Amino acid sequence: MKQRNEQLPPGIRGFLIRMGQIDRRWIYLAVAVAIAAPMLTRLRFPEVPGRMAQATFNAIESIPPGSRVLIAYDFDPASAAELEPMANAVLHHCASKGHRIALMALWPLGKQLADDAIRDILLEYHPEKVEGVDYVQLGFKTGNEGVIKLMTTSIAEAYAADASGKPITQIPLLEGVRTIGDFQLIASISAGTPGAQQWVQYGDSAMPDAFKFVAGTTGVQSSQLLPYYPKQMEGMLIAIKGAAEYEMLVTEKYPVTRSADRLALGRERMGPQFVAHLLLIGLIVLGNISMLAARGWKGAAR
Amino acid sequence: MLQRTIPLLILSASGLILILSYFSPITETWSEQVVSWFNILAGVAFVLGAGNLLAVNLEKISSKRPGWAYSAITLVSFGAMLVVGLSKWGAVPDAKHPDVHLAGSQDSTQAGYGWAYEYVLSPLTATMFALLAFYVASAAFRAFRAKNFEAILLLGTAFIILLVQIAAGAFLTNWIPEDSFFAFLRAESLKAIVTEVFQTAGMRAILIGIALGTAATSLRLILGIDRSALSKG
Repeated sequence: MKQRNEQLPPGIRGFLIRMGQIDRRWIYLAVAVAIAAPMLTRLRFPEVPGRMAQATFNAIESIPPGSRVLIAYDFDPASAAELEPMANAVLHHCASKGHRIALMALWPLGKQLADDAIRDILLEYHPEKVEGVDYVQLGFKTGNEGVIKLMTTSIAEAYAADASGKPITQIPLLEGVRTIGDFQLIASISAGTPGAQQWVQYGDSAMPDAFKFVAGTTGVQSSQLLPYYPKQMEGMLIAIKGAAEYEMLVTEKYPVTRSADRLALGRERMGPQFVAHLLLIGLIVLGNISMLAARGWKGAAR
Repeated sequence: MLQRTIPLLILSASGLILILSYFSPITETWSEQVVSWFNILAGVAFVLGAGNLLAVNLEKISSKRPGWAYSAITLVSFGAMLVVGLSKWGAVPDAKHPDVHLAGSQDSTQAGYGWAYEYVLSPLTATMFALLAFYVASAAFRAFRAKNFEAILLLGTAFIILLVQIAAGAFLTNWIPEDSFFAFLRAESLKAIVTEVFQTAGMRAILIGIALGTAATSLRLILGIDRSALSKG
């Protein structure tokens, strides 16, 4: 390798070495272009659903219509770009299948995100759904994993009323519901702690056969959750890629007649990710070529 | 007594009740009570957190330490959100109780709190998170260099994940027949090998280690061997 580098014309070698020391502002500019261009041109690529997205889809499909589903919005606006698309798709899937949905949040700002989802997904695509009967917003509750632990023995202890202040004893959807074991499926859309890992540790482990559990997670957090798939977690959506694959499955089976922009966010965001990943690969290759050129030069100097 | 013995008794009793509740239905209601206390304490912790935020930032401003202006902005923002949120400034009147201002909803952008959430907090937090893309690109360019065997492993894994997380991975490898010997080189197989074999094995080991450590620490706390959490003394 050293010999090969030494054979490089000095001009090319010098250029390669200089490229390795490129000012970081040029990299920032390249990233900005790589992300902005596909967003502006709405560049999209076909996605092939992976096993985890398919497993998540199957888990929600496998429970009978009318089943109770609990969706936990365990994230905040910082991760919304990554997690909102899958949260929207899960909500649309559950509503389309005819499940009765309870929404809650272990993160303070998760409640607002769940409110947005009710407005943009449930009321937009499923206007026939009735609050209290088909869906209920329980809101945020402080206590992190303590809330989950409490809900394994008594939901009423954790949530005396829904987010609007209505006692849960007066909510038809929650009639006969005592613990989270009375839900057929729980989905946690999670950006960290408390989130999917705590749902597995404190919820699923306390009543392993009572309900199916699926999770949507950021790419960063996915490594912490992978050990729980597929036994404790029947399905898992990882980052935008997982959201895009799942969106495809859901909208193919349950298409919407109105503008489906809110159910195509994942696929839309795969465009910038595609170009940004190629840029990253290019930068890494460039960095290594530059390093090899420099090593050869150093070797020759010695 | 007040600083150490009583807190130790509460801690030990709570810990034992929570352990017993897993094995005996009799103690289930006791554990509900303990977890309810925990949730109430967690709520009170928000107040403590706010107090701490005030103390730390006021101290920084009064001593004019570097960056004190940021502390001032933090406190002004904190105060503004607190006043707007608690007073329900601009709240949309409740349909059932239109005359009761505090019954109004502040979820929509008509209310001050909803407006600040939608147009200030959301974009700011999303922007902070989005900046990661720029730093990651710059760091990858400088750090992912094949200098030794470990670095080559890291580099190779990063390459695989970067490729298989986009459609290019499938595009480049879909020509490999699924039933051939080289099927493991297809994008979805490579991803499964990295994430479900190597990554999962590593994380399981770490998680088991954490669980054992947590159990040991919990036992030390419950039995009163480790009293560091109880007081400064």
